[in-house]
Amino acid sequence: MKELSNSVAIVGVDESDEIGTLPEVSQLTLHLQAIHNAVADAGLKISDVDGIFTAGQHSPALLGEALGIRPRYVDGTSVGGCSFIIMVGHALLALHHGLCDVAVVSHGESGRSGTGVTRARDTSLSGQFEMPYGFGGAPTYFGMITNRHMHEYGTTLEQWADVAVSTRAWAGLNPKARFRDPITVQDVLDSRPMFYPFNLLNICLVTDAGGAVVLTRADRAKDCAKKPVYVRGAGEGTEHVMVTEMADMPFSHATRISGNKAFEMAGVTHSDFDHIMLYDAFTSGPPLMLEALGFCNPGEGVGFFEDGRSTPGGSLPINTNGGGLSYTHSGMYGIFPIIEAVRQQRGECGERQVPDARLSLVNGMGGMLSAAGTIVLSHET
Amino acid sequence: MTPEAKPYWDGLREGKLMLPKCDDCGKAFFYPRIACPHCHSRAVGWIEASGKGKLYSFQIAHRALNPAFKIEPPYILAMIELEEGPRMMSNLIDIEPDPAVVKCDMAVEVVFEKQTDEVTLPLFRPAG
Ligand SMILES: [Zn+2]
Repeated sequence: MKELSNSVAIVGVDESDEIGTLPEVSQLTLHLQAIHNAVADAGLKISDVDGIFTAGQHSPALLGEALGIRPRYVDGTSVGGCSFIIMVGHALLALHHGLCDVAVVSHGESGRSGTGVTRARDTSLSGQFEMPYGFGGAPTYFGMITNRHMHEYGTTLEQWADVAVSTRAWAGLNPKARFRDPITVQDVLDSRPMFYPFNLLNICLVTDAGGAVVLTRADRAKDCAKKPVYVRGAGEGTEHVMVTEMADMPFSHATRISGNKAFEMAGVTHSDFDHIMLYDAFTSGPPLMLEALGFCNPGEGVGFFEDGRSTPGGSLPINTNGGGLSYTHSGMYGIFPIIEAVRQQRGECGERQVPDARLSLVNGMGGMLSAAGTIVLSHET
Repeated sequence: MTPEAKPYWDGLREGKLMLPKCDDCGKAFFYPRIACPHCHSRAVGWIEASGKGKLYSFQIAHRALNPAFKIEPPYILAMIELEEGPRMMSNLIDIEPDPAVVKCDMAVEVVFEKQTDEVTLPLFRPAG
């Protein structure tokens, strides 16, 4: 496993031309814009791409066709929003073994406008055992995990609100973020009740957006346009799909498994990180992920946000793009924390740049902590 | 409805909460499937659950996301842990939808609510 560490680098990243509310832009166009932009960012050509990795409605074959290339390696692993993080690990393997030379991980989702989207969900289980009671949509499931955490550890609504406040402070420094005005804990508590324990400001945005990441082997990466950001470790795991099957709720075994594997491959430990990106579909997500990843004991994850470590100027910056809560969240958010970590490692982040960022963690969930992907990124080998 | 869940749905129409149970390791589980998720045995039978359990977790829905759903918000989305072990989703009824009143781990019991000739749902209310 150690031989994989640093063998591949991320050499290109970008969003679609615009992100936000884009009713005139189809989902496929969001993909293609992001891929073209990220390949250009790498200083490569579309014709260099020979590996396509994507999740969601459009298959890797469709993206290859639409781009006008014939990939010799494809992956359509679809385990929720973390699929793109997991695919960095899959691309690492494929590139390392020479199964492809330039890999693109692509996301495009018209999550807000539904332009060029066919809505089709597998409801064979949820249709029988959940939807008859009014379940439907992530906010009606993730709150179950959240409320159990409150019961077991005494976590409060104010502590979840701290996560929204910290993340919004970062969004204020990101020109691409949708919501940039500062908020307070009281603003979160006073926002519209949705699905207790979640008010509106505990829940991510719904936007239209694309994003793509380009990877190649470390030897070739040196010839690309930007400073390579090496994949030092990658891990994945899944536990359940139905939340009732999450054995030790609120503890996420999938997250623990993915993190342990990534840390081991990278040869790093928790205290080595100076920048963290966590999938924040809900305010409670990042604290639970920090706990499952072993950054603290169960119940203590909110401390990172409560005491100012996570915020601009803090000792351990978390979700520096403004997150799914304030920057963008198209549905399968996982590509965007990778893009931000790469930009931080390159030193491209302007006002929100983490000084001397050397080691970034990206962790995300699929479904309701059902699946998880973790990667460790650095501009140093 | 999936074929492997037929005994569950048939039981509900008769006012019984039926659970799949492994003949080898003795554990009940939910949702119905053809092999035991605990020991992976395919020797799976059915038992009638007591209908008693606890409220493992809950949410209070202030909006209806699912247009087919008939109850007016606010209502309680409930995760029930049955005394036989498995957890299932349901609604908690006959109680104020207020987090000051509804508490995790409170004792609950099943009530059967006929929706149509085909479908009866297991809902739960505070026990005793
Ligand atoms: Zn068994």
